[in-house]
Amino acid sequence: MRHTISVLVENKFGVLARVAGLFSARGYNIASLAVSETLDPSISYMTIVVEAQDEKILEQINKQLNKLIDVITVTDFTKKAHIDREMVMAKVEYSPKDKAKLESIFDKYVGKIIKAKAGIAIIEAVGDQAQIKGLLEQLDKFGVKELVRTGRLAIAE
Amino acid sequence: MTGAEILLESLKREGVEVMFGYPGGQVLPIFDKLYDSDIKFILTRHEQGAAHAADGYARATGKPGVCLATSGPGATNLVTGIANACMDSIPMIAITGQVKTFLIGNDAFQEADVTGITRPITKHNYLVKDVKELASTIREAFYIATSGRPGPVLIDIPSDVQLADTEFIWPEVPEIRSYKPTYFGHPGQIKKAAKLISDSKRPILYIGGGVISSGAHKELRILAESLKAPLTWTLMGIGAFPGDHELSLGMLGMHGTAYANHAIMESDLIIAIGARFDDRVTGRIDAFAPHAKVIHIDIDPSSISKNVRVDIPIGGDAKNIIGELLEQIKKAPDTTEWLKTVELWKKKYPMKYKDEGKLKPQYVVEEIYNLTKGDAIITTEVGQNQMWAAQWYKYNHPRTFISSGGLGTMGFGFPAAMGAKVAYPEKLVFDIAGDGSIQMNIQELATCVANKIHVKVAILNNGYLGMVRQWQELFYKRRYSHVAITAPDFVKLAESFGAVGIRVTKKEEVRGALEKAAKIDNTVFIDFVVEGEENVYPMVPAGKAINEIIGGLA
Repeated sequence: MRHTISVLVENKFGVLARVAGLFSARGYNIASLAVSETLDPSISYMTIVVEAQDEKILEQINKQLNKLIDVITVTDFTKKAHIDREMVMAKVEYSPKDKAKLESIFDKYVGKIIKAKAGIAIIEAVGDQAQIKGLLEQLDKFGVKELVRTGRLAIAE
Repeated sequence: MTGAEILLESLKREGVEVMFGYPGGQVLPIFDKLYDSDIKFILTRHEQGAAHAADGYARATGKPGVCLATSGPGATNLVTGIANACMDSIPMIAITGQVKTFLIGNDAFQEADVTGITRPITKHNYLVKDVKELASTIREAFYIATSGRPGPVLIDIPSDVQLADTEFIWPEVPEIRSYKPTYFGHPGQIKKAAKLISDSKRPILYIGGGVISSGAHKELRILAESLKAPLTWTLMGIGAFPGDHELSLGMLGMHGTAYANHAIMESDLIIAIGARFDDRVTGRIDAFAPHAKVIHIDIDPSSISKNVRVDIPIGGDAKNIIGELLEQIKKAPDTTEWLKTVELWKKKYPMKYKDEGKLKPQYVVEEIYNLTKGDAIITTEVGQNQMWAAQWYKYNHPRTFISSGGLGTMGFGFPAAMGAKVAYPEKLVFDIAGDGSIQMNIQELATCVANKIHVKVAILNNGYLGMVRQWQELFYKRRYSHVAITAPDFVKLAESFGAVGIRVTKKEEVRGALEKAAKIDNTVFIDFVVEGEENVYPMVPAGKAINEIIGGLA
């Protein structure tokens, strides 16, 4: 099962390697990872989506992260009210005659065309996991050539 | 001051009296300042020896050990020693030179990404790129290495930083917002634990190295005696409680005593203190201690509930928590029946070996105990020698048994003995070694002789890499694949280094040789030519429940 956690860390070089190294050394899987500076430039915020079979593994991930000297706090969003979003960009096959059909998707699903030329449209969308999933299923009908995702961002309510 | 001067001044202020290490191109500025320093420097013959010696010094004293090496190969040679200290939670400071800051990342001569390499095997590490941060980094490194669950901290210092000049400012003990070890237990949890203890019928104390690093051995003894609960310990917990005490069951686990393993399997309450339920202790985890509730006291929250289900977790320092528990336990459990049962196991499954035929390694270890009365510091290598040293010598004081527990590093014992001897020159220090292990850091014989670090090495020479041979005998149909190992003539070898060598082949010669070795004012190698295919028993095969014991039983 996938769990979203956030980690506040010291904004120093090597900290990302410490966190990433911990996951690989202990055999935990990172599904996605997003990192950026916070309002306080000495602190970075990481949103990590992890694969954990059970509570015990999640608890270990939490404790092991806390053990890293540069980790300030760890928040597990599994049982905590939060908002999460992900941004995706997708290249889909496109011809001008499809335009109306493609745009009709966006009545129901998040997203918009940000560029279209030479048989390819680039779509961007920001949404929660269900919204993104729904959109991608619709886009599949057109043929998705390339897909990039930021990974999940989460913030406590 | 230059960076090199700041380093040495900072080490002095941290109370460092001795360092172990090896010079090289990127630590020349530090060595130039060492020339005038009153910090004692022991030049080892290999950086691995320096790391293990610093580790041995730390285990013997409780103070952080310090080792120093140059960049690249000097630093990578420290790696095994650092990992070893990390697995056993030993406070250690490793200082490495690094290529000049502007060359970092250029694949410069003798460059290695040492902070990258040591990230997973240190408690924390630093690359100091600015001399202004050097003093505060060293202060922080010592604080981190010695607080909470101790561990090794590495400081990588580029040679231009060692030469750079700045004002020396010795900072206060740092406040680190992201690092706040817990020392006191949660009062509610301690109350609950006290009640569980009072209500138990078959309690057992399961002790690990955390009791020793916390300095909680006195409190532990009061707790054990007031509960009248039997105790067992891990390899790292040896010495935390007197081995000759009537409540002691000795070590548990793969090569633990049968009675310790039966006792923990049949217990209804395990009080684990500073131990981490390692696989060598628990055996098959789903069969481990099926009737027991578990109270787990540990300073590292990540050790709790990692391997076994815990009923009452208590994070904090062992010494404080035992003290708090003693106040909260209103009524000691009635363990009369339980102790009778344990006594029956002790009678039924005593530790034993067949003392006939060739000289037996167990006999040698027993005689070292009889000679020293448990007053020596014993270090071990890894393998059969280590298990026999753990089983056949009674340790009554903390920090008198020094052994590589978690990592299981062959070649540890000899340089570790050196470190312990430097800390306590007046004490007798024995390295109980195998003929395989001793060859792994045998170059340190030169260090011992040159610096008059007169340790005594008892080589249990069976001509095999004995523990691997034992596994091949028991589990691989006696197909001895590359375990017969040749060795030099240890007597001549010792003599060629300026040390003393003694060979013993008969039982009658053992005591005399040990007495002679103890008296000689020199480093001594005693080559005990022992039975080649002796096994370490009792033994629980890997993956079996720890009461499925083979060998050595009545």
